[in-house]
Amino acid sequence: MKTLDELKKIREDAKKNLELRNTDKTIRVVVGMATCGISAGARPVLQTFVEEVSKRKLHNVQVVQTGCIGMCTYEPIVEITMPNEEKVTYVFMDTDKVKKVVSDHLVNGRVVVDYTIGALK
Amino acid sequence: MALYRSHVLVCGGTGCNSSKSDMIRQRFEEKIIEMGLDKEVQVISTGCFGLCEEGPIVVIYPEGAFYSRMKIDRVDRIVEEHLFKGRIVKEYLYEESLDKDKLKSLNEVDFYSKQKRVALRNCGVINPEDISEYIARDGYLALGKVLTEMTPVDVIQVMKDSGLRGRGGGGFHTGLKWGFAAPNQADQKYVICNADEGDPGAFMDRSVLEGDPHAVLEAMAIAGYAIGATKGFIYVRAEYPIAVKRLEIAIGQAKEMGLLGKNIFDSGFDFEIEIRLGAGAFVCGEETALIASIEGQRGMPRNKPPFPAIKGLFGKPTIINNVETLANVPQIIINGADWFRSFGSEKSPGTKVFALGGKINNTGLVEIPMGTTLREVIYDIGGGCPNGKAFKAVQTGGPSGGCITADYIDTKIDFDTLTDLGSMMGSGGMIVMDEDNCMVDIARFFLEFTVEESCGKCTPCREGTKRMLEILDLITQGKATLEDLDKLEKLAINIKNTALCGLGQTAPNPVLSTMRYFREEYEAHVLEKRCPAGVCKSLLSYYITEDCRGCTKCAKQCPVNCIEGSVKKLHIIDQDKCIKCGACMEACPFDSIIIK
Repeated sequence: MKTLDELKKIREDAKKNLELRNTDKTIRVVVGMATCGISAGARPVLQTFVEEVSKRKLHNVQVVQTGCIGMCTYEPIVEITMPNEEKVTYVFMDTDKVKKVVSDHLVNGRVVVDYTIGALK
Repeated sequence: MALYRSHVLVCGGTGCNSSKSDMIRQRFEEKIIEMGLDKEVQVISTGCFGLCEEGPIVVIYPEGAFYSRMKIDRVDRIVEEHLFKGRIVKEYLYEESLDKDKLKSLNEVDFYSKQKRVALRNCGVINPEDISEYIARDGYLALGKVLTEMTPVDVIQVMKDSGLRGRGGGGFHTGLKWGFAAPNQADQKYVICNADEGDPGAFMDRSVLEGDPHAVLEAMAIAGYAIGATKGFIYVRAEYPIAVKRLEIAIGQAKEMGLLGKNIFDSGFDFEIEIRLGAGAFVCGEETALIASIEGQRGMPRNKPPFPAIKGLFGKPTIINNVETLANVPQIIINGADWFRSFGSEKSPGTKVFALGGKINNTGLVEIPMGTTLREVIYDIGGGCPNGKAFKAVQTGGPSGGCITADYIDTKIDFDTLTDLGSMMGSGGMIVMDEDNCMVDIARFFLEFTVEESCGKCTPCREGTKRMLEILDLITQGKATLEDLDKLEKLAINIKNTALCGLGQTAPNPVLSTMRYFREEYEAHVLEKRCPAGVCKSLLSYYITEDCRGCTKCAKQCPVNCIEGSVKKLHIIDQDKCIKCGACMEACPFDSIIIK
């Protein structure tokens, strides 16, 4: 170890992993991971959320899983709750959609209306 | 680095480990692989979470779900339900962490909400065997700051300003201690970490070493820089195998990354640390005895002065700091002296770790700001005495301390208030006693410990404590007179004034303080030949009441055949033969045997 900057660089890398253990986050991403969700592809959806959130250093976002939400035909379902805002429910999610939701909704605060349950005909 | 969506933290402290947490961790790992989740879920063994009563403890993130009293056969269901399907298994959760059906954050649970974790900040949070997790929590940043931006004089000044006092017992100012050693010229100086934690029921230092070993290493290097030492020793008891193993791993990792060794942070500063195992003698926690033990001699204290800061290990200037004291150091360097003074009391800044034990619901490890009241510790954090029994007293400072009674339960805890009450902070053991504890018996217990552990070098401790114990034996057997009580008190004061080392001088404390607050209990033993709490066996007798149905169970259990009586007739205990083992009382299905 030669410089303080070298140490700080190692710290930034190592922090990504520990970020998960912080439970004081205000934005929640909830992925339905019951049998219905998993068979419709919820696991890659969850994993992509974890990776994207870490890549973009969104320290305030907690990605958690939950059981069956009750609308199995629309799985994978993802719910996003921001402080003081209505819950947004996304349906038929896949990894590409996740990336767009992260950049538009979580980073820029714009709900991706096309993917929400309200857009279903 | 691979990213996981979930972390399973399994307590790997000695407490949980003794109830098979290592096998629980192993089962988690197996089951997670079985379910194909090993790329998504990471299993980590941590240090102590503090709530040992509820162990073994498993915490799963990101939810922060706190599973208590874990068993191996619960693992599969948690993996299948919680980790695979996202359904927290509520019935296995720590009851207090649920608010109606909602999961509370750990900080909101009563046990944790009043705590302030500085020395324990990483315990139960990081993997102590992975240096990168320590670095992620600002680890070695303080060492980097010290070596690249501060002079040794600056470092000592910050320590002085912080007002940090030694957490091992005496409460001496750490900054002053470093300041004494720094100006002494010598070809070699030493930093010693005193991890010879010997008080019965105390496990603060063990938990820090097991949960956050790097914090101690970092602090030792900082201390080395401050006083101009290049070599450090950690004197740790061999009875702490997990702590020793984690220290060894930590030293290896720190060396590999160049955070120990030659030319750290390119500053020209070298520092090496070696571990020395103690064989478990209580006296080796005394600094001069500890030094003798590292030197390969018999662990015996010597006269001070010269103090170790002038003439210590191998005759060279040496500073000795306790584990918990050291664990505070990196935090003080990073956050500043004012931050440290922002909690705790005026003369005792910061926090203190206590090991709560005895008659208390939440046995475990707690860290509180100095100035917290005993009531908050015992009732709000500790959950009070079990089975609704009345709180009687608390012993602080282990065998060197004294008891504090219910009258003083609103005392704000710090170094000085405890000393004023005739007890002391000590290293932080806190043994709670309820109405069923006999105070004479408690004093006898602690004195028995010091008699066994006396190194024998000075007469007051070697002979005096032994004579005190003999008098206490007479009292508990109902054979003492009031004269003996006076003799006991006089002897205690003499030992206090004349023993060589701190341990001898404080050995009579448990007797003096129980005599001060519970004189009537001593007198009941002497004058009425009665033990008010019903503990001292010689003063008790077992009797069979009229409720006896003559089932003969007690007579069959009695190991000395002293119960007479035939079937369906009232039984009688022969008091001359009875050895007061209590086996008959346990055997009686009608609760008709009583103690008087």
